[in-house]
Amino acid sequence: MTSISAPVEAPPARPARTPRNVGRLRVDRKGWLFVGPFLAVFALVFLAPIVYAVWLSLFREQVFFGGTEFVGLDNYAAVLGDAKFWESFFRVLLFLVVQVPVMLGLALVAALAIDSARLHAAGFFRIVVFLPYAVPAVVAALMWGFIYGDTFGLAADLNELLGRKAVEPLSGDWILLSIGNIVTWEFVGYNMLILYSALKVIPNDLYEAAAIDGAGTFRTILSVKLPAIRGAVMIATIFSIIGSFQLFNEPNILRSLAPNAINTFYTPNMYAYNLSFGGQQYNYSATVAIVMGVITAIIAYVVQLRGSRKGA
Amino acid sequence: MSTVATRSPLKPRKSRLLTAVMAVYLLYTLVPLAWLLISATKTQQDLLSTSGMAFGGTFALFDNIAETFTHDDGIFLRWLGNTLLYVVVGAGGATILATAAGYGLAKYKFRGRRAVFAVLLGAIAIPGTALAVPTFLMFSNLGLTNTPWAIIIPSLVSPFGLYLVWTYATEAVPDELLEAARIDGAGEVRIFLTVTLRLLMPGVVTVALFAVVSTWNNYFLPLIMLSKPEWYPLTVGLNQWSAQASGVGAQPIYHLVITGSVITIVPLVIAFLLLQRFWQSGLTAGSVKQ
Repeated sequence: MTSISAPVEAPPARPARTPRNVGRLRVDRKGWLFVGPFLAVFALVFLAPIVYAVWLSLFREQVFFGGTEFVGLDNYAAVLGDAKFWESFFRVLLFLVVQVPVMLGLALVAALAIDSARLHAAGFFRIVVFLPYAVPAVVAALMWGFIYGDTFGLAADLNELLGRKAVEPLSGDWILLSIGNIVTWEFVGYNMLILYSALKVIPNDLYEAAAIDGAGTFRTILSVKLPAIRGAVMIATIFSIIGSFQLFNEPNILRSLAPNAINTFYTPNMYAYNLSFGGQQYNYSATVAIVMGVITAIIAYVVQLRGSRKGA
Repeated sequence: MSTVATRSPLKPRKSRLLTAVMAVYLLYTLVPLAWLLISATKTQQDLLSTSGMAFGGTFALFDNIAETFTHDDGIFLRWLGNTLLYVVVGAGGATILATAAGYGLAKYKFRGRRAVFAVLLGAIAIPGTALAVPTFLMFSNLGLTNTPWAIIIPSLVSPFGLYLVWTYATEAVPDELLEAARIDGAGEVRIFLTVTLRLLMPGVVTVALFAVVSTWNNYFLPLIMLSKPEWYPLTVGLNQWSAQASGVGAQPIYHLVITGSVITIVPLVIAFLLLQRFWQSGLTAGSVKQ
């Protein structure tokens, strides 16, 4: 198994090429053997669609003749001036600003409680809190959708009990909150697990030092635990931001139960989807997807920068 | 396990208050699932006429299950089979690819490794659904839509799984062991299969479990890729049944949607419960690097 390509890209800047070094390089190059297959599929399902989407976004369908014409950045200008796009964008932004802190707050409290060694049956709590993650988004949305409904749901039971329409989760005023509740229910456990995993690997001597300094429970949480899991909190935050901007499954499924409260451009993703599969406007749809992707990437990046600077 | 017991010199007492507060949250988690289970035992009539958290007049769970599997020429069974196919091939393949690649990135310092990281991280930041439309058009041009491949191929890539194995392998596979195996004359692939894989097992089970969940729960991708019910997975099929309830000539089959939902959840819940030990240790090791 001597590698024939070995001399071709030998790094010139390296110190003397002892036989050991050469062997090392040869071995290291075999890393491609393991990484290669993943990268090949990755290129097909991640990179190629991105390139293709950018290509699509530069063209426009011709209404009468069929085919497409090159329009440069016209589609981007159109998206940026599209009231429907901004309406959907600000809706998921509002969703993000309210739902993500609530969800992560609950996840953090749950993780700290389970980690605290003060909880009875901590193992049971851990598995049950995590359980909704195993429930498909479709089932979660259908289940909550039925519960919200006024034909046979719990909301109907509650209204009957109170003798008036006290809760109407599927009405226009309530629906965003109702979706937020579904997403929170689904993902608190997952985020709890990310945070809990980080809490579990905090070295014992930190706790001992805190105890010697006379730190109580809350002091230990503030000065030892929270700083130690900052990285995990950041990862959970970034995943949640990306998830919020991608909001699709829950509103799309609830739409069949609440057609008047959820329109076709309720979230940017639903807008892109309905442009494509309802209106055959593939080029414009690709542009919407790219614009959302860029905005998401920028916000995730900024959060990451801020998060890492705080600790430095 | 022992760390939990020994780490605090004070060994705090169990708190009833904290347990009670958490129990409230537990209710929030469990009540909807309880409602779903109770509802699965009711006939369509009882569903509409009895209170949500109470059992109906007849215990119809087994009738409902039977009807779920036989309704519409047993299409539900077909959907279950499709889901299993996507999970076995898609999630199985994803686990193999992510394990090999994560190990390769952790243990081989080849040139271009940094570039691979940069591309992967950049790709993770891009919303998956943003890629859906172009992926659909690409697959459509390749003639892959409306075939199982349209679901399986995109499921093969799990950047999160790769990240997990990479961090796990960095910790769990000592370089000295690899060197020793090389000195013994073992090839790289053989080292991977005989030495590494065993050490990586908790991480691999974790990756597999999460890949299974995301494939089992996949909705958006099959929704756009498939237009014929014969290749639907459970998720898309269930939603189609649910959508039947509205529109012209609607024939609601709520009881089947609910029973089908229960059947969809059960295998995953069982998998998570049985494999607890693995995925919890796998995730913990994964977070060491943060």
